[in-house]
Amino acid sequence: MHMLRDQACIVGVGETPYCRAPGSGVTDLNLMLRASLAAVADSGLELSDIDGLMTPIFGASGDELAANLGIENLRYAAQVNMGGASPVSSLQSALMAVYTGVANNVLIPIGWNGYSGMRARDVSEAAAVASPMGPTVQDYYLPFGCNAPPQFYSLMARRHMHEYDTSPETLGAIAVASRKHAQLNDNAVMRGRPLSMQDYLDSPWISEPYRLLDCCLETDGAAAVVVSSPDRAKALAGKTGHQPVYISGVAEGHPYPADDITNRPNIFTVGLTHAAPKAYEMAGLGPEDADFAEIYDCFTFEVLQQLEEAGFCKRGEGAAFVRDGAIELGGRLPVNTHGGLMSEAHVIGMNHIVEATRQLRHEAGARQVDNARVGVVTGWGDLGDGSLAVLTRK
Amino acid sequence: MTDTATAESGYHLPLPRLRGLTAQWYDWIKQHELRFQRCDHCERWRHVPREVCPGCGSVDWAWQPSSGKGRIYSWTTVYRSLHPDFQDTPYAAVVVELEEGPRVMTWIVDRGPDDLEIDMPVRVVYDDVTPEVTLAKFRAGD
Ligand SMILES: [Zn+2]
Repeated sequence: MHMLRDQACIVGVGETPYCRAPGSGVTDLNLMLRASLAAVADSGLELSDIDGLMTPIFGASGDELAANLGIENLRYAAQVNMGGASPVSSLQSALMAVYTGVANNVLIPIGWNGYSGMRARDVSEAAAVASPMGPTVQDYYLPFGCNAPPQFYSLMARRHMHEYDTSPETLGAIAVASRKHAQLNDNAVMRGRPLSMQDYLDSPWISEPYRLLDCCLETDGAAAVVVSSPDRAKALAGKTGHQPVYISGVAEGHPYPADDITNRPNIFTVGLTHAAPKAYEMAGLGPEDADFAEIYDCFTFEVLQQLEEAGFCKRGEGAAFVRDGAIELGGRLPVNTHGGLMSEAHVIGMNHIVEATRQLRHEAGARQVDNARVGVVTGWGDLGDGSLAVLTRK
Repeated sequence: MTDTATAESGYHLPLPRLRGLTAQWYDWIKQHELRFQRCDHCERWRHVPREVCPGCGSVDWAWQPSSGKGRIYSWTTVYRSLHPDFQDTPYAAVVVELEEGPRVMTWIVDRGPDDLEIDMPVRVVYDDVTPEVTLAKFRAGD
């Protein structure tokens, strides 16, 4: 058996309210602190028990977070620099810290003013807009107007459509399922705004083949989780009533080459392709064991691609997999039961971990997956970094 | 041409930073030659430029000429620009796979976004956008 299997648990989760206009009205740091306080309170731990911190990829430093939270004896602080794959990959680092005794209770916060902050940057920091992704993008893609995620990934989507006859309705099914789930989530920005396939097909092009409704939201908000040992998780459960959620398997992977999406021998082979089998092997479970999946949904096609690369179906068979409501609640594999980045909020995928934890605690209310025991969560980072966690309830 | 001429040319889109191997690659294009690095040891072609051959670890290589012929590998048609300088939409950012194997981001100069097809044969053309920088673009045809 893999020595790290089930050697740490998610014991606390926290979120701020998620919103768009007019914005949160507070700083990125403030959002992350609020989510952190909520996660620690949810865990039953005291702030003084937190001695490990996975620092966020932007918005606040570990020093600022620790200073505000009164963490006087921070024993471990590290950053996983994988963009949207960072939160799930940070579970791996937190697990290793807890298992080795480097830290006892690791806090993982992330969040941003992705709506109000981005609006301000659009007009004032053209240079930052120009090259968030490194020299290959700046020197080889940007001169041809290819500088942003919907453009990079729609290159893959079009190629998939060519090789596997993937249709717009397949991508639409993913957008529709997310929106349907958001109707059952009080914190979802798109609650109260249902979406039909026709609405999807009528939405304007952003970067063809991506329409507006293929794209995730821009929102303000933060989320955080606390990772601790199984023994402590069991003790805390007696106090909080929350079932421990085990990190049974987790892994990260990187595409090759990571900095150039165009020159990969196979454009569909991404970080998750490497991460998924490692995480399943560690867990002793496979995709067929999952009761639900929270898939990093920056764009609809990335959900389809990750379902394939995470082994829920074969490469090229994603269209058949998502058809006929199979990824909706009540279907074969409910996907993004909270509404995801597309219909709940864009919290860099930490909201996916929070949702998976609630599902496995059986605390997901109207959107609870019956008797959920195994959940899969993925992360997707710039140009195709990937991570996958298999979370379980015992 | 002079700097004044550059300003008069009115070219306002972002340009590559000409440093290191990137400067060398663009310098060949400025001479209207599309070249890629090729390993002296295992003869593997590579792009974007790298110091070491990812295939065999050799540090010995040369800029070898490409035929300039390739096919469209994929493209995206940008309707909503996400960069302040690219306001002339829609336009297609196209990935072309050269015969030798490397793929490049580019534009197709003689076809609109609606007239592109995957595997369409294309050929390199050179667009001297400023006195310092030429961009390798493509036109349809064998
Ligand atoms: Zn070589």
